[in-house]
Amino acid sequence: MPDTSETPSVLSFLGDVVKRQILALQDYSLLSIQSIANVFTPPHYWADALEQMDLIGVGSLGIVIIAGSFIGGVLVLQTSSEFERFGETALTGEAVALALVRELGPTITALLVAGRNASGIASELGSMVVTEQVDAMRALGTDPVRKLVTPRVFAMVTMLPLLVAVADFVGLGGGFLVAYVTLRLGAVQFWTTAIRALAFGDLVQGFVKPLFFGLIISTIGCFQGLRVKGGTQGVGRATTSAVVISSVVVLAVDFFLSKLLLYIFQK
Amino acid sequence: MLRPSRPAPVLDMNTIVPGQPLIEFKDVHIGFDEGEVLRGVSFDVSPGETKVFLGESGSGKTLIMKLAAGLLPADGGRIWVMGHNIEEMTENELLGFRRRLGFVFQEGALFDSLTVAENVAFRLREENVPDPEVDERVREALKFVELEAALDKYPAELSGGMRRRVSIARALVDKPPLVFYDSPTAGLDPVTSQTIITLILRGRDLQGVTSLLATHRVQDAFGLAHFRFDKDRNRVVSVDGNGARRAEVGHEQAPELVAVAASPTNVIVLREGKVYFEGSAESVLHSSDEYLKKFLASAE
Repeated sequence: MPDTSETPSVLSFLGDVVKRQILALQDYSLLSIQSIANVFTPPHYWADALEQMDLIGVGSLGIVIIAGSFIGGVLVLQTSSEFERFGETALTGEAVALALVRELGPTITALLVAGRNASGIASELGSMVVTEQVDAMRALGTDPVRKLVTPRVFAMVTMLPLLVAVADFVGLGGGFLVAYVTLRLGAVQFWTTAIRALAFGDLVQGFVKPLFFGLIISTIGCFQGLRVKGGTQGVGRATTSAVVISSVVVLAVDFFLSKLLLYIFQK
Repeated sequence: MLRPSRPAPVLDMNTIVPGQPLIEFKDVHIGFDEGEVLRGVSFDVSPGETKVFLGESGSGKTLIMKLAAGLLPADGGRIWVMGHNIEEMTENELLGFRRRLGFVFQEGALFDSLTVAENVAFRLREENVPDPEVDERVREALKFVELEAALDKYPAELSGGMRRRVSIARALVDKPPLVFYDSPTAGLDPVTSQTIITLILRGRDLQGVTSLLATHRVQDAFGLAHFRFDKDRNRVVSVDGNGARRAEVGHEQAPELVAVAASPTNVIVLREGKVYFEGSAESVLHSSDEYLKKFLASAE
């Protein structure tokens, strides 16, 4: 006879895991809604928001510029060989512009910022939790979501589209440099085809996505930080989770957003 | 986890009724994944009283402080603090309620990105107190804990004892009627511990603060029960069990006996999630209960 004594405990274990995940999703949703709602009601912590905008926006500028320019360059390298086969190297600017503005600019910038800032947010808030600073804030009558989460969400959602704009521009610049050196493509030809290729829908795609990505990165970073348990080890785990989860969710949301925006703008 | 909130209202705290307890716990339960920690805890705290919670690690002392301040929700039972049923308040109402409390955390819980002055001024800034008044009150609070010189230092530059003193200044800066001290002497050397107890005595005897103190050090309970801060002499003086001043601290002989009103200090010993003993510090000391004797011997 097979031993079935383990069956109930395995089922209850799986049940507990599912329940915990659903509870976490509920807590995350509440935190996200609350952090957005706080923007519309006083008190506001504008000084904290400005500080975060500096940390996230100005602080990420360097890596975004470097990564953006290389991505633009690589795009030209990869596409130019195909275009050369058909004698259509003039289309290089168009291909780079569409790929960058619609897809690579928002996604790569979001992944870079997730790596840099979701980890920073999670470790900072996590350290505050384990040293009881968040409880101290509540004991002093201050709402930690309003003081800590909302400024970070606001800063991320406002800064990420600007960083994407920078990434798109330097990406095109990097693409042009490589096109000029390898294909002998003129500036007028490259930039004219690049700009003409972009329709209104492409720009909307390029700048709506980072709004969602910014919300995802900041809320996941804050959520992972605020639910830290288990001291410094817990902070380490939260930091890793914040980067991994926000990166995966950004890529998944990117797929569905692209589908939705393409549907809207190709009608 | 965190409930939605709007700007926190400051609650009317003029609900302290003479003769009524300031804090009332009735059959309070709370548990976590590891099991139930508090199993039906009941007690009252009168205005002006100092209630000391003694117990082994994990007996639930800190939990009682956090439950009373509304930092954790109880699983069962009733908690009334200053006329408010904590369990029925939203997080938003609790924020306003906590602005009238002081809380000293075990490790100080100072904001490490802020200076000492900014830490102490935190609550005042939240209440939009004008800058000149903030400066004055911060200096006054830091003078109270004798740390005026550390105004511009960051918590990382301070010793453990100094951090606790800043935490006390932060808790007392708004002169709250009720202060919670969560193991304020844990991990400190005897001299620094005595300094912390002196500050608690000063808060109690100069500002009339009602206090709850969680500690595993029996000496803390006896320090609060046997001494008081004399404003006229600006020093700690001894008080006998019947409320008579005996001698100044540090004097072996008792040259004078002057009757004064002693602040009532009572002790609760927690054991296995329940109130095992409740009474005066003297009654704990003279108890014939085997567990209490063993506990006192191990806690000294």
